[in-house]
This record gives sequence, structure tokens and C-alpha cells, in this order.
Amino acid sequence: MLHHLSLRQQQRVIIFTFLLVPLVLLFTFTYYPATQLFYLAVTDWDGYAPVKHFVGLNNYAYLFSDPEELHPLFVSVYYFVGAVIQLALALWFAVLVNSKLMGRNLFKTLLFIPFVLNSVAASMVFQIFYQVDGALDNFLNLIGLSSWIRPWLMDKDIVNWALVGASVWRYLGFNLILFYGVLQSIPQDQYEAARIEGASEWQQFRYITLPSIKMVLGLQALLAFVGSLSVFDIPMVITKGANGTRTFIMEVMNTAFNFNDFGLASAMSVVLLVMIVILMVLSKIIFKEKKNV
Amino acid sequence: MSETDVTLEEGRELLKKVKQAQRRTTIARFKAKLHEPRWVFWTAFKYLTLLMAAVAVIVPPYCVLMASFKTLDEYYNTSKVGLPESFTNFSNYIKVFQEGNLGLAFGNTGIILAVSLVLTILFGTQVAYVLSRFDFRGKKLVIGAYLIAMIIPAITTQVATFEIIKALGLINHKGSVILLYIGADVVMIYVFLQFMKGIPLELDEAAKIEGATYLQIYVKIILPLLKPAIATIIILRTIYIYNDFYFPLLYLPEPSQVTVSTALYKFTSIFGTEWTTISAGVIIILVPSIVVFLLLQKQIYAGVTNGAVKG
Repeated sequence: MLHHLSLRQQQRVIIFTFLLVPLVLLFTFTYYPATQLFYLAVTDWDGYAPVKHFVGLNNYAYLFSDPEELHPLFVSVYYFVGAVIQLALALWFAVLVNSKLMGRNLFKTLLFIPFVLNSVAASMVFQIFYQVDGALDNFLNLIGLSSWIRPWLMDKDIVNWALVGASVWRYLGFNLILFYGVLQSIPQDQYEAARIEGASEWQQFRYITLPSIKMVLGLQALLAFVGSLSVFDIPMVITKGANGTRTFIMEVMNTAFNFNDFGLASAMSVVLLVMIVILMVLSKIIFKEKKNV
Repeated sequence: MSETDVTLEEGRELLKKVKQAQRRTTIARFKAKLHEPRWVFWTAFKYLTLLMAAVAVIVPPYCVLMASFKTLDEYYNTSKVGLPESFTNFSNYIKVFQEGNLGLAFGNTGIILAVSLVLTILFGTQVAYVLSRFDFRGKKLVIGAYLIAMIIPAITTQVATFEIIKALGLINHKGSVILLYIGADVVMIYVFLQFMKGIPLELDEAAKIEGATYLQIYVKIILPLLKPAIATIIILRTIYIYNDFYFPLLYLPEPSQVTVSTALYKFTSIFGTEWTTISAGVIIILVPSIVVFLLLQKQIYAGVTNGAVKG
């Protein structure tokens, strides 16, 4: 149907029609909301009123003066500690799965499967698992560790760690696969040569494996940081934020949609957005270096 | 007769001997290593950690699977780790399907998934085609816009996005999440662009000489050759959309619009602490993911690695 047009005209038509809708979507759902957040953050908008009053930096001032509002940021620390442990475990298992080992593929599959599961279903598995006199308690009884039994979701000192456990269960496989991909790309003859020279397994890890995975390790550490700032599904499903498990995203949602304070919620979103963007830019820089090497 | 002149028989004989010798040295090496306490300790430690990890991964969903076959009475009065009395007790599954809105949820998720995938692939391949084949004013700007969008996570901007969705009148309309799934998906542009680099420009040129229009080139040459990339995107997006909880929770609160995730989320308010029924619902939602994963393992590993490193 474009036959009567010259190639040059055709090109213009194609460029315009193929880019129009995607770019409108990109701007409407990424750039407009991101900039609008900064505007809403200096207003007192309640989500309904046609007019938005300018309140200056009041929302930010309130946010940083009230420790209650910032508490959810400290909840992220649990998830970050969990993410560091998760990275260490993922690296350990990736090295094992990459070595000569019986049943390596089975283990890889097993550890990865939780990552592809529906997040509500996976969270509910743990909600059921952690009930008082639930499966975890029964299991501890079975293996003779009944002294370890705790009210996992009720005890304020433990509940966040219990949720972090569910998070590690779900995301470990993701880290494992990224590490495994890099490990697979290290030529086996390097290890062969090291073995002939009499290098121990630790030395092989230290001088061959570690330098090769440095970049992907840094990238994942940053992703883990971003991830621990934006935890939502697991605490939302398992505890609904009770017992001091409310995360920053949940707090933002609560402020906006339950208390109708879109101004304050926007200010909180801006704080989160700025933190995450800084981390993401860092990870881009790190990854770019890798590409150039 | 030179040294290399060996008959087939002799060759086979030789190979057999070599293999036997290899096996003998492997066994001998293994036996020798058994006398090294350090090697024995490390090997035992490796398998022990793997065993513990396997147990930690399996036990929680295993208990849910068992619970789904138990009666409520049985669940509360026997060990949660134990096997159910009967594996043919499907009453929980029947109840959860009838009262948990799961049929509706699968239908809704299916519609959202199908429409989002078609549009995402259509727009994604079109953007990639234009960006990789044409030079035009503002091209760098467009690429930059996609690049920067990657570092703005949608989860942080929903307070403002909510205003847009509301203004469009799309609250409680599947269009809301569909628009967000296709509008905020930037990583796939990079997956497509990567693949476009592998499609030789000569193919386009040849078609142009034959008198094909650019639209024909896109439909008849580019799209078919992008099939592997499209498959990757379908897998990644299906996992993402089927598992997403955040968008439907915000934009589809009405009971008639439940998705798989939000239907399941409402279970504790429908069934209370009837954990057996809830367990059956969880299993129903987990099974499709596990089946798809086992069928497409290789592609999923590759897709996840690509998506993460590019994204």
C-alpha cells in the first residue's frame, strides 16, 4: 500500500508510525509520572481535589523530622543483610554446580525454581510454613531441634528475619544463574594449568574465579541494594505490615491510598527514586567498564 | 607399514584399553584421596551444604502440597510434615475453585497476558526495526530516552501514575495494567536491538531491489528472523505478568477484575485460617509455572541472564 511513495517518503512514514505509540507510552508511564512526583511532593494534594496547594518543602521536612515515617527504611537493612548472605550462598552453590559434581543439574534446577514462581503463592507458602505449630515447627521437632521453635510471625525481633528467609528462598536462584553464566565462560584449561602447578582449590578460586566474577558480583550487590529498598510482595502478603514489618513501598502506598496524603507519599517516592537512580547509575558505570575491558 | 596404519579392530582395542586405564586411574585417585582427610572433609562439606539447601528449598512447598490433600481436622491434629491419609482427597481443590474465584482469575490473567504480549512484541520489534535500520533526526534522543527509562523503576512512581490511570478512567479496567506492562517495558527493546544486529542488512537491500516496501521488509523479513528474540520476550514477560502482584492490587481492586495474584491474596479473607483450602489454591497457581519452567528451562536461564545483564 506504500508502493506509490518514494523510499524516502516511505521511510518517514514508517519512522513516524512505528515510534509514535511506543514513545507516547514511554513518556506517559515513565517520564511524566517521574517528573510529576517532584511536583506533587511540594503540594498537599489528597488524590481527589481539583486544586493542589503549594506547600513548599513541608512534606520533606515532615518526612525527615518524624522517625516513624523513616522506620520502614530501617526495615530495608534486614533485607540488605539477607541479600548479602544470599549472594554469598549463591556464589558458593554456583561454584559447586559448576564443578564436577553428582546431580549438579538437578540442584541447579531446584535452587532456581522458586524464582519463577508467582510471588503471592510463594509468599503464602511461607505464611503457612511459619504458622504457630505449623510446618516449620513440626519440621524442627522432627529433626530434634524443638528448642529452636519461635512464634515466627508474632515475635517482633524475629519476624523480619523470617520474611528475609522467604526472600532469600525466592531470589537465591536468580543470583545463582548469573554467577553460573559467568563461571561457565571461564576456560577450563586455566583450572587445569593451575592444578598442574599444584594450586589448591582455594587458590584456584581466589586467583581464577574471583577476578572473573568481580564485575557481575558488583552488579548484583547494587541490584541487591535496590531490591532491598523496594521490597513489597513478601511482607504485604505474609504479615500485611504488622509487627514492624512495613517496608518503604508499603508505607508510600499506605500514605497515598489509605491516608490520601499524595503530597507526602510523593515526597517519599522522590526520596526512594533518587536513591535508586543513584545506585542504578553506579551499576551502569560498572557494567560499562566491563564491556570496555 | 607406518606407525599410524592401524586397522579398525586394533583401533577399537586400543581405545578400550585406554578407557580402562583411565577408569583405573580415576578409581585409584579416588581411593588415594580417601586417605587425605582434608579432601574427605571438603567433599563431605560440599554435599552436606547442597543437601541442606535442597531440604530448605523443598520442605516449605512440600508441606503445602501435603496440606492440600488433608482434611482440616487431619491438618490440625497430625504433623504438618507427614503424608496425608489419602492423596485422592480433592475436596480442597474443588472448594477453592468454586469459592476462590480462580476460574475468573485465570481468565482475567489470560486476557491481560495475551493482549500485553501481542502489543509488547508489536511495539518492541517496530521500535527496534526503526532504530537499527534508519538514520533520522532525534534518533540519539530516542535511544537515550529508552536508556534513561531503564534506571527509573516503575514501583517508585506509582503515586503519580495513579493520577494518570484515574484520568484515563482505567481504574478497574484491564487496560490499566496492560498499558503499564507494555509502556514500562524497556529491557525488551534492548533484547530486540541486540538481535537486529545479527540480521544482515543485505537482506533488506535485496528485498528493496525486488521492489519491497519498508513495511513489507518488516513483516516478511525482520519479524520471522526475530523469532528467537520474540520467544525470549514471551517467556520473560509471561513469567513477569503471571507473577505480578503490585499493579493488579493497585489498579484492579474490583472482585470481577481479580488476577491470579490478587485472587490468591484475598484467600485469607475468604477462607480465614482454613490452611488446607488455601494450600490447594497455592498449588493450583504454582503448578503451571513449574510445568512451563521444566519444559523451557534452557530458554529461561538464557533469557533471565540476558535480561538482567542488559537491563
